[in-house]
Amino acid sequence: MSEEPIRAQGRAEDVLRLALPIMLLALGVVAWELVVQLKGIPPYVLPAPSLVFATLVSDWSILSESLGVTLITTLEGFVLALIGGVGLALLFNLSRLVEYSLYPYAVVLQVTPVVAIAPLLLIYLPQQAAVLACAWIVAFFPVLANTTLGLNSVDHNLVDLFRLYGASRTQVLWRLKLPSALPYILGGLKIAGGLSLIGAVVAEIAAGAAGAGSGLAYRISESGYRLNIPRMFAALVLLSVVGILIYFALSLLSHLMLRRWHESAVSREA
Amino acid sequence: MSTTAATDCAVSLRAVGKRYANGVVALDRLDLDVRPGEFVSLLGPSGCGKSTALRIIAGLSESTSGAVIWPRPNTPQGAREIGFVFQEPTLMPWTTVAGNVRLPLDLQHVDAATAAPRVAAALARVGLADFADVYPRELSGGMKMRVSIARALVTESMLFLMDEPFAALDEITRFKLNDDLLSLWESLRKTVVFVTHSVFESVYLSSRIVVMTPRPGRVFTELAIDAPYPRDQRFRTSAEYGAFCRRASEALAAAAEAKPEARP
Repeated sequence: MSEEPIRAQGRAEDVLRLALPIMLLALGVVAWELVVQLKGIPPYVLPAPSLVFATLVSDWSILSESLGVTLITTLEGFVLALIGGVGLALLFNLSRLVEYSLYPYAVVLQVTPVVAIAPLLLIYLPQQAAVLACAWIVAFFPVLANTTLGLNSVDHNLVDLFRLYGASRTQVLWRLKLPSALPYILGGLKIAGGLSLIGAVVAEIAAGAAGAGSGLAYRISESGYRLNIPRMFAALVLLSVVGILIYFALSLLSHLMLRRWHESAVSREA
Repeated sequence: MSTTAATDCAVSLRAVGKRYANGVVALDRLDLDVRPGEFVSLLGPSGCGKSTALRIIAGLSESTSGAVIWPRPNTPQGAREIGFVFQEPTLMPWTTVAGNVRLPLDLQHVDAATAAPRVAAALARVGLADFADVYPRELSGGMKMRVSIARALVTESMLFLMDEPFAALDEITRFKLNDDLLSLWESLRKTVVFVTHSVFESVYLSSRIVVMTPRPGRVFTELAIDAPYPRDQRFRTSAEYGAFCRRASEALAAAAEAKPEARP
């Protein structure tokens, strides 16, 4: 009986959650446009949103090419972070010795700011490899840390149960440890998605002076030197959209994989 | 002497001791014979080592002294297999009820065509035939415990070890599961070792109660509950049941008082 109003209320909440930030964005853009128009601010100081949009359209061929480069670096960094993070966590889980030997270095890699490592990497590695290495360094740690936590959070009774029924090590890994760790791994991936974009951008900016790069971040610093501020904004908007899309894609993936069983993804009726 | 007695047992413990690394002696020279087809309860206060004894029988824990003797295989196929029911339902949340019940078969690489009818039969026995494709989180506590029992049933094991399986359930659910467990036991004639701290539950279910002393755990006394099966609500309210409960309570109280005998 009381279900209908609750469900309707839930739907209203959903609409609000979507509509409010969009309205705020629209308001901000309109205010920005008005301020620029009314005060006559020159585009090399602050371009109006309409000009940024026009630049996005007119420079699309250059920008889309850069977008592609950054996207590919980000994806490659992300996939490597996934493989490296989960792989290392599994290795650590199998052998304490390996964990004790390597874990501190994983932490060192994580706490050393990547902006400071990038110039060095650019000296020793080809540029594309250096950019990729940066994306990987920033992104792999949350995957490693979360997967390690997940693998250690297995229900002890289930471990006993598997032992009782004579499970092999591979069976324990595939049927017990990895499924138990899945929510943690997906949480790590959500963080890693955004971080691999950040790593790629940082490395591109650092590489900018070195020349041949053509990713979005490189476009931003290049446009900065040329005082092409509208293009800077256009590239920034694209970067931001990429980040948002990555976040939503990973949230969707996580939701689809967990919705049947994990508390985080299951919607409860009040 | 003890070895001749052991040959017709399902499993025997001989002078089993368990000392944990922190110095706690959980079990001290525990002797226990479990006879085929009986329903034996280990009754004792918390911390008397009854769960430890169960884990040692199951091979989940190593005894520090003494021996566990298996005079005979406990499946028709001649393997040693055990159905274990934990205090918590211990279900994998990421798979369905059927997936959970199938686990012991999956781990033994039983092919899907052979496993499916056995899983269905086990679920039907616990009254969950319609819940095969449901995820554990959608079930009530009592239903989860039924899944856990079905998972033990799906093996061919003739020996069931149950570690306070109904302790966390409300009384109504608990009574219902007690009745269902008894009828399962009567129709399947499996051997059950049931750990509990409830006098009433142990008297209702068991053909024999083994009362244990706390710290260190050992057998204090045994009570034969020779009331006939099937037992039902009438037995639960009978004077006979009350008398058994009083004797079991007195034995439990005396066990708690008992000083561990001085050891050389």
